[in-house]
Amino acid sequence: MVSAPVSGRKGGRGLVIRFESVSKKYPDGTVAVDRLDLVAPSGAITVLVGPSGCGKTTSLRMINRMIEPTDGRIWLDDRDTATVPTHQLRRGIGYVIQHAGLFPHRTVLDNITTVPELLGHDRKRARRRALELMERVGLPPHFAKRYPAQLSGGQQQRVGVARALAADPPVMLMDEPFSAVDPVVRAQLQNEFLNLQGELGKTIVFVTHDIDEAIKLGDQVAVLQVGGRLAQLAPPAELLSEPADTFVAGFVGRDRGYRALGFAGAGRLPVRQEQVIALGAASGEARDAAEGGWVLVTDAAQRPQGWLRAEADADPPPSTPAEPVTEAQLNLGGTLASENATLREALDAALSSPSGRGVIVDDSGRLLGTVTASEVLARIEQQRAAGERSTQGGES
Amino acid sequence: MRLLAVDSSPFGMFDYFRQHQDEVLNWLGYHAWLSAVPVVVGLLVALPLGWLAHRYRWAYPPLVTAAGLLYTIPSIALFVSIPSIIGTQILDPINVAVALTVYTVALLVRVVADGLGAVSADVAQAATAMGLTRRQRLLKVELPLAVPVIAAGVRVAVVANVSLVAVAGTIGVPNLGQLFTTGFQLSVGSPYYPPITLGIVLCVLLALAFDLFVVGATWLATPWRRAVSGS
Repeated sequence: MVSAPVSGRKGGRGLVIRFESVSKKYPDGTVAVDRLDLVAPSGAITVLVGPSGCGKTTSLRMINRMIEPTDGRIWLDDRDTATVPTHQLRRGIGYVIQHAGLFPHRTVLDNITTVPELLGHDRKRARRRALELMERVGLPPHFAKRYPAQLSGGQQQRVGVARALAADPPVMLMDEPFSAVDPVVRAQLQNEFLNLQGELGKTIVFVTHDIDEAIKLGDQVAVLQVGGRLAQLAPPAELLSEPADTFVAGFVGRDRGYRALGFAGAGRLPVRQEQVIALGAASGEARDAAEGGWVLVTDAAQRPQGWLRAEADADPPPSTPAEPVTEAQLNLGGTLASENATLREALDAALSSPSGRGVIVDDSGRLLGTVTASEVLARIEQQRAAGERSTQGGES
Repeated sequence: MRLLAVDSSPFGMFDYFRQHQDEVLNWLGYHAWLSAVPVVVGLLVALPLGWLAHRYRWAYPPLVTAAGLLYTIPSIALFVSIPSIIGTQILDPINVAVALTVYTVALLVRVVADGLGAVSADVAQAATAMGLTRRQRLLKVELPLAVPVIAAGVRVAVVANVSLVAVAGTIGVPNLGQLFTTGFQLSVGSPYYPPITLGIVLCVLLALAFDLFVVGATWLATPWRRAVSGS
């Protein structure tokens, strides 16, 4: 199977990881990984995804030889990993796991400086760098003296990432690092991770069972099948639009058509002007400005605050015309899409809006105008007709 | 003839102590020494054995079972048979030290093995993945994290030793146990409590002192646990 080559990010300093017909068979005959050929390009995030039992974690752990392959070779650039002493190999590979695996008896700072200490680096410099890394992963400096049990799960995971980066390894292995935290923290960690990777350009192999996470984070996604067979290796947009077989199609999910819109920039949508009223204006104004029974309410800086129902049978009941519009009366259901949003975000803004008109804002949150679902759909049809397959954008 | 406290009730122990201060303090010193040294030696022996049981799965059942069986040997039998094994005099305090070391080892092998094994899988995996050698993992991660578990075992061992030393006293080895023999010998017709009560009270105080010492040392060695309970 041939797939589009994924190039590393600009300025990537990672090594290339190359699986060469790698297998792992256990003595009882179980095949965890079956003749895997895979290249994780320098400076890119390669996500291994698949159902449990597909050998994704086994594949990951064979890279730093936590598990030894029974067949085949794994190369880091032109070095065969089997020829490097394991502890030396591992000190050059960052590793982050699900529950962070921090040393409970060592402070945050001491946890982060573990590998530099093993490598015999200068202690003072290692500590300085650890403090820098803490800032980078969003931990305040006074956390340095705390112990892991004093941190939340999300904070522990940040320490885990900082610890993996402490000796500046060219390669990072991440085994479901964000799956043990709640969805809000997870999204936050994912976004920060992408920003961080944008700066660092490591070669990253990332294991997850969550296809949405794979699509969000991966420069390329390897879908593995039970029995350790590679079903498809492709950039996320291609995975959604051209699944290689029914297994991949089933795994990426039913709403893949909708999710694929997340990879297509909406371009300049034909936004139209929306009559708005200011928060605190008289309710009478709302009835005059309303279109289809709804009027958009903004604050003094033209930032949308919510929709106001302006019909006689409105609930909550309409106030007398002289009374000011208050925040409590607003419907907050609509999502906002930015001017350079993806088609998915623009469509979602329209679908979630109580008035059916999706709100488009500029980068500072000021109202640009509204767009309806049919207008977004027209844009989708248009792009399809033009055969334009954009892989730009993505949530950030 | 000994000086005897007039009061034969348990409260006579204060008078009894004043009258036999030098002798009793001497016994207390021996008693403390005989309780503490075997714990230190026993721990030093149990650490490698426990590590072996932890490291090699096949070694765990025989080592832990053998250690458990040692504990079933009655202490008095051990006290009187050790001289013929190691060639010492019957009342040599060394016999007691050796016997109690055996008990301490019996108690601590399992504790050390389980303590080393109690490190969570995530932590052990992270340690390996970061490139710690087996030895570094043991010394920098597993052993420090096993301290609370091992310390709990040491507390039991040292308190048990205080009472076992007293048993050796009844066969004549100089320590607080002799207070019980004395009390028994003086209970002619009616019970004579002062030396017996004094022996019990001093044994309890000694055990408490050792226990506090171990707790304090553990507290100092495990700052990470304080941080958690204190926050």
